[in-house]
This record gives sequence, structure tokens and C-alpha cells, in this order.
Amino acid sequence: MNGNVMTTVEENRQDVEQLAKREYEFGFVTDIESDRAPKGLSEDIVRFISAKKNEPEWMLEWRLEAYRRWLKMPKPDWAKLNIPEIDFQDLYYYSAPKSQADGPKSLDEVDPELLATYEKLGIPLSEQKILAGVVAVDAVFDSVSVVTTFKAKLAEAGVIFCPISEALQSHPELVKKYLGTVVPQSDNYYAALNSAVFSDGSFVYVPKGVRCPMELSTYFRINERNTGQFERTLIIAEEGAYVSYLEGCTAPQRDENQLHAAVVELVAHESAEIKYSTVQNWYPGNAEGEGGIYNFVTKRGDCREANAKISWTQVETGSAITWKYPSCILRGDNSVGEFYSIAITNNYQQADTGTKMIHLGRNTTSRIIAKGISAGKSQSTYRGLVSSHAKATGARNFTQCDSLLIGDQCGAHTVPYIESHTPSAVIEHEATTSKISEDQLFYCQQRGLSEEEAVALIVNGFCKDVLQQLPMEFAVEAQKLVGISLEGSVG
Amino acid sequence: MSLLEIKDLHVDVGGKEILKGINLEIEAGKIHAIMGPNGSGKSTLSYTLSGREGYEVTSGSILFKGRDLTEMSIDERAAAGVFLAFQYPIEIPGVTNMTFLRTAVNAQRKARGESEMDAASFLRFVREKAAQLKVSDDMLKRPLNVGFSGGEKKRNEILQMALLEPSLAVLDETDSGLDIDALKVVSEGVNALRDPERAMLVITHYQRLLDHIVPDVVHVLANGRIIKTGGKDLALELEKSGYEGLIESAA
Repeated sequence: MNGNVMTTVEENRQDVEQLAKREYEFGFVTDIESDRAPKGLSEDIVRFISAKKNEPEWMLEWRLEAYRRWLKMPKPDWAKLNIPEIDFQDLYYYSAPKSQADGPKSLDEVDPELLATYEKLGIPLSEQKILAGVVAVDAVFDSVSVVTTFKAKLAEAGVIFCPISEALQSHPELVKKYLGTVVPQSDNYYAALNSAVFSDGSFVYVPKGVRCPMELSTYFRINERNTGQFERTLIIAEEGAYVSYLEGCTAPQRDENQLHAAVVELVAHESAEIKYSTVQNWYPGNAEGEGGIYNFVTKRGDCREANAKISWTQVETGSAITWKYPSCILRGDNSVGEFYSIAITNNYQQADTGTKMIHLGRNTTSRIIAKGISAGKSQSTYRGLVSSHAKATGARNFTQCDSLLIGDQCGAHTVPYIESHTPSAVIEHEATTSKISEDQLFYCQQRGLSEEEAVALIVNGFCKDVLQQLPMEFAVEAQKLVGISLEGSVG
Repeated sequence: MSLLEIKDLHVDVGGKEILKGINLEIEAGKIHAIMGPNGSGKSTLSYTLSGREGYEVTSGSILFKGRDLTEMSIDERAAAGVFLAFQYPIEIPGVTNMTFLRTAVNAQRKARGESEMDAASFLRFVREKAAQLKVSDDMLKRPLNVGFSGGEKKRNEILQMALLEPSLAVLDETDSGLDIDALKVVSEGVNALRDPERAMLVITHYQRLLDHIVPDVVHVLANGRIIKTGGKDLALELEKSGYEGLIESAA
């Protein structure tokens, strides 16, 4: 890790401590000028967050309801994960980057330090890239969006792409109409927590018949110590609309565990299509299993009307703990759900990930391709539910789960749940488990590849069906990531 | 100085001694054939040269271009110019032949401090070499060796050799599983790669291959030792009398 970043982090930490003390001293609730809420969670903190964002009253009430429900909910313990006890009162639930106070209107106004950090993380948030005109970047630094570009071009097409906090000001009726309709406040423990304290995230609205003119991309990262990240993303595609959304995550190296609990809701109306792609490489902890992000995510899409399509593609290489099941509710007749996943775990990482395909409408189809790669002492579980309800005549699912093991100290597990209440439904499940053979490694090395290059090549081949679902610019990045994630896993 | 100098080489596999004192010198530009019955140690020799795990050199030395080969990793040997054409080429699902070839060529170029080839110039390079070996575009697009016929696999091995341009090519039973026509294509490909700078070690059971790839020197390997060395006629002699008589007279 770069020394400068280390210094910055250390300075930030000291700032946080000082500020926290000061805020306690003067009382924080009325002090909405401050950049941070003190540690801990209470109704006052929820009110603080809502006030900071100048939210309408209904939004505050919605948050408070979520908070009250969260208090009564048990933590889910069914996943094959060993989760250390999390002290929710020892976390910060709101923080803003300092230079954000005035809200930069362009890149020029953004703290150069911030931009430099993005550069180090390899995030292509540069004028050139943006002017190249392929990707609009709504970058999230800690909890507040820093800069949003390409809005004009999107606005021309009638597409709304902005931080959800901004949408609450500019299009409150849309947010109110859709928020929580796919993932209700009390859906699960982490979703309820997110509903109470979500800080920011993206809002996308694509009007009827509009094909979004560019791939939408948001980069999230976690910066400050002990700062829980609670993004909330809401994407709506009206009748006949199409949108492809990319999400990528990186985080600098750090010692302490960090909690992340995001919620993503997708709504696809009649004949609309939403494609949501993720590359997640948050800090996974060190080789001894210390540190790393805890990632508890609820992602769900609703094919609300006929002929809608929602496709999830994820490349999960980071985090110490991953708990994530991007799902599709196939409500509309003939609607289509897809889940393409690569989950790589190394060292002491744990991943319990998969999907739910809920077939409610007639002739709905779903396709699941999940590739799990385990190395080191890691544990990887695919957990998936395919259910067809009584009215879902002609429902069709195909599931393929392949696990690849590297070394003999890791584990791969496949837990498929199948519930069919429709005699005419056809549900197929295929699963394989394999190891990288010594023959394959030797063959590649004899041709001049190092052992790590050989592993990366073989694993990329194993993941190909999923990688080719990613948009081009992400596919290249993801291929590199696959190799990087498995460094040191053999030999 | 010879390109390859093997002196009193002893190799254990799984705790059992397989090579029991091999002496072999190969000069650049020469083709040596190693013949011998099953279990004589032919494949062990090829794997030992390429550095495969589990092939333990217990004594003796291998010098390649004057460097101690036993101190080098598998990929270092490859970059230094050691190439093994596999008897049973390995399948790698999901990785196209083209991707594999380019990754291999660039890995070696990088290891030698040369610049990597871009996609366009590599494509031209491959197409030219592929045409000579009757490797179709389709074969280049398919996953490496997956669903390849025996002949396709062997042609693809020789294509790799043509692209990687090694100083020492070890051909491990390249004739196995080939019909007459395929054998001809493969042999022509190998012969086209004969070069004053390049040596080849052709391992085979049968004289048949050596009709097409004519060796300068023939060795007979039996029970972990080279028991006889001669010219190309030795192979013909073996074809008539078999290994047994020779092994008995050597014993």
C-alpha cells in the first residue's frame, strides 16, 4: 500500500476521533453542519441522516419504521458463514468527505487528493475517459456522491441518473412510488438496517420506449475507518425501456473489518430490460484472515409485467465475508430472469452467494450459471432457490453450478433449493466440482507461463460463460482481477 | 560446446529409480532419436528435461546452453528454449487455442525481455504457420485440445513448436495415435523446423516415424540406461530384431 494513502488514512482517523469527541461535547443532533454522525445507531442518528439530506417527512418516517423493525429482527444465521460478532453501536453511520461540503459542480472542484486516490485504485474517472463518451460515472466516495457526469446526454434521452439523495429532492414522487416495493423495509436484517440508515446510492429512471444511450457505471468504495456503507440503489425501466448498469468496487488495504450492507432494487415494466453487472473486489483481508470487508447485500429485481427481462452478472472476488443473492421475481408472463456469477475465494475468505428465481407468471424462464473458485483455506457456497408457483404454468429453469478447487484446504458447497407447485414447470440443475489438474498446470508452464499465469488462464477459461456476459470494458478488468485474486494460491 | 549435455543422470519417480545413469550430448542442428521398450524411461527423460514436479534428479547433471537446467523452473526452461511436444496434449476448457498460443508466445517473450506481440501481428504470425500445418481457423477458435482428434492435437503441438521456436524440441511419441496421412503432415511440419540452431530429441517406439523424420543419431534406452548408440541404421536393425535381443546382449 502506498505510503501517502496510509498517511491520509491515519489523518482521517485522527480527524474522525477528534470530530467524534467534539460532536459528543456539543451534541450532534441539531448540528447538521457536521461532517459525521458520532458512532452508534439510534433514532436520533436516523433523524440526523435524514436531516442532513433534507429529506421529506415521509422518508424520515419510512426510515424510522425500518429502524424500529430492525431492532426486533434476528440476524440471519442460515448461511454457511462464520461471522464474527458485529457491534452495531461501534460503527459510524454517516460521514461525508470534507471537500464535499460545498458540493462540487465539476471535476475541477473535486479535491485533487480524492481524484488521486481514485487514480491509484485504477478507477477511470478522468475527463478524457468521460469525454470519450462511453460511460457516465456517478462516483460514490464514502457515503456521498462526489461527482456526476454526462447528465446532459442522459437528460436529452429523458433518462434520470443521479444520487438517490438528489432524486429525493428532484423526483420525490418517483422514489416514493418505487422505494421498498421490491425489497421491503423488513425483508431481512441487513435490508432493514440499510432502509434505516442508507446514505446514498444511485437512482436510475428510464422512460417508456427509451434505450439508455450509454452504459451506466458507479464506483463505490469504502474509505474511512469504522464507517459502515449503506448504499441504496433503485433502477426503474418503464415499458419497452433498456438499461445496462455497471457497478465496480475497490477498497484500500486496512486492518479492521468493515461492514457493508447495500440494497439494490430493480423494477422492469412491460417488455423492459435491465442488465446489472458487478465487479466486486473489496479488501478481502490479509493472508492470515485478518481484516477485510463484511459484505451483506440484498439485490432483487422485479419483472413486474409481461415480457420483462432482468439479468444479473457478478464477479465477486473481494470481501472477507460475502452474503449476497441477487434475485428475480418473475411476475409478468413470459418474463426472463438471468444470474451469471463468478465467486472467487482465497486465503480465509468466505462466500455464501447465489440467487433466487421466483416464477409467478406463465411461461417465465430463468437461467443460472454460477462458477465458484475456491483456493487457500477459503469456503465458497452456492445457495440458490428456484420456485415456481401454482399459476406459473410452463415455467422453465436451467441451473448450472460449477466449482473449481485449488489446493486441498478449501471448500466448495452447492445448496440448491427447488420448490415446484406447477406440474408443467421444468427445472433443471446441473453441478460439477473439479480441481485444476497438475497436468494442466504443467502443460501451461511448459509453454512458458508462470504458475500464476497458468492458474489465471485456466480459471478464466472455467469462468468464460460468465465473463462473456459482462460489458466489454468490464470483461477485460474482470479477467485481470481473476488472476490477481488467485495470486499466491498455488505452490 | 554441445547444446545439451547430460552426465550420469539418475532420476527417481515416487521413490523409485527410473533413470540410472544417462549420458547424452546433443549438438545444435542435430536430431537424436531415443527408442526403447515400454517402461524404459523415455517419458521420464522428457519430463525431467522439462522440469516436471515429481521427477527428482538424485545425481548427475544436465547442462543446457551451458546453464544448469536442474536449477531452473519449468517456465524458465521453456523461455530458455526447451520445448516438449506432449504424447497426450492436455485439454483446457474455455480457453481458445488462439488465446493460449498468444499467451504462451508473449509469456516467453516477456521472460526474455522482449516486447509482447499485439493481437494483429500475432494473428498474421499464427495464420502463416498454421497454414503450413493445415491447422484451420476453426481449430484456432476452439478451446485448446477440447474435442480435437488425435491428428489435430499433434498438429497443434507442432504449431506451438513453430510459434515458440525452441532451441531444443523434445518430441514424446509424437507418432502415437496418428494414421499415415496425419503422420506425414506432422513429420513435414517437424522437418520444416529443422534448423542449424535447433536440436531435436525424438522419442518413439517405432522405426516408422524415423522414416519421415530422419535422425542423425539413434539411442536405445532400456531399463534406465542408454545401451546402444548408432546412426539411423540402428533403428532399422531394431525394427528387424526387436529390443529383446539387444537388451539381452547388453546385460
